[in-house]
Amino acid sequence: MLLKSLHAKHSELSKTERQLEILSNGIFKDGSLLTFAEKIKSVNQFPLRPKKIEILQLNFGYMCNQVCAHCHVDAGPDRKEIMTVETMQQCLDVIKNTGVHTLDLTGGAPEMNPNFRWFVEEASKLGVQDFIVRSNLTIILANKKYHDLPEFFAKHNIHVISSLPYYKREKTDKQRGDGVFDKSIKALQMLNEVGYGMPNSNLKLDLVYNPSGAFLPIDQKALEHDFKIALKEDFNIDFNSLFAITNLPISRFLDYLITSDNYEDYMFSLVEAFNPKAVANVMCTNTISVSYDGWLYDCDFNQMLGLKVAVSEKHISQFNEAILTNRTILISQHCYGCTAGAGSSCQGTVA
Amino acid sequence: MEKTYYDPADLKKFGKISEWNEELGTKFFEYYGKVFEEGSLTAREKSLIALAVSHTIQCPYCIDAYTGDGLKRGITKEEMMEAVHVAAAIRSGATLVHGVQMMNKYDKLSM
Repeated sequence: MLLKSLHAKHSELSKTERQLEILSNGIFKDGSLLTFAEKIKSVNQFPLRPKKIEILQLNFGYMCNQVCAHCHVDAGPDRKEIMTVETMQQCLDVIKNTGVHTLDLTGGAPEMNPNFRWFVEEASKLGVQDFIVRSNLTIILANKKYHDLPEFFAKHNIHVISSLPYYKREKTDKQRGDGVFDKSIKALQMLNEVGYGMPNSNLKLDLVYNPSGAFLPIDQKALEHDFKIALKEDFNIDFNSLFAITNLPISRFLDYLITSDNYEDYMFSLVEAFNPKAVANVMCTNTISVSYDGWLYDCDFNQMLGLKVAVSEKHISQFNEAILTNRTILISQHCYGCTAGAGSSCQGTVA
Repeated sequence: MEKTYYDPADLKKFGKISEWNEELGTKFFEYYGKVFEEGSLTAREKSLIALAVSHTIQCPYCIDAYTGDGLKRGITKEEMMEAVHVAAAIRSGATLVHGVQMMNKYDKLSM
């Protein structure tokens, strides 16, 4: 199990340029596989353009209490990058003045940002339709100061989306660390206790499944069915929906693919599963991702690859809805992860 | 010539068999796809049967393919190993049951 981030280990793959180089060389350079640009050209969907900006996804920082083996953020306790109050205020201004209706807080563990609660209180006053917090669950049990998070989430009608790679201990702990499964189960029970995910409750609790290895997820509905039965029978846990998310070949997951000699086969499976119908609804068409330091990106993955939006106003302080809506989305071969099979996004499948 | 009989990369080229006989190749892949659809047996059950048969026929391509397919479907390693033992039991049983033929022949030839 990884105990340090690639960043702390000064790994070659902590450099975004190196990751982009790997994604453009080898099988994509020698013609074995079409690049993503060539592929979407072949189905007349190039260049990729956004529709209406509906979701603002804010990365509150790379600090996390876990060091998951697949993490595309390369988050962990050794990461100190966090969003400041000033940047948070700029985000609030954007929410106030634009047509964004969904706010999506992520990290790292967004709850670890010391100004997390202040932001949630301020943002919930703005009447956002869907206010999401991506919680890793174990944070709720990590320290006494987080134990009341379920009540805090409920008070502000937060939509909680949590990662649980599998409904069995072995696969979850292998991906997310020893003991993570038991703590996640306990945290889910605490969320259920305050009404999250319960029948006839408005408090939404969705789970995220992502494969614990070099393979693609199967049908989201079938997985949701299996998760619901297993979690109910074994732990009396209720939840709303399950999102099946494909692991994208960047950061720690790319490192895993390369060191386990799975990179080429994985890229072949992604390309083979390319679904033109998924291209039309990939999340970069309705989302803007904001980094802890306020830069704007087409998506969370482009953020981790350092690919800022292709317009001159690249910072939250310069947010211009009209200009951003007319931009061209930056792509590379990692984009195949969002268009494989039924597609993949932070909101689950897209096709 | 290749230095080995099996190359993992060849599995990805399976579809190319249609290039030398399109009609039969196409019919085969249609049939193959249909066989693995949900039916009276679930796709999951079919995946486990395929894994067991892959071991019986000792097809390295099939073992790779159906181990990966099983992982996707959430089939556990315990379930996979049990399936392999089923294959092994039938295979060893088939060897041993021929022992009866050997015994019959032995008895027939002996005074």
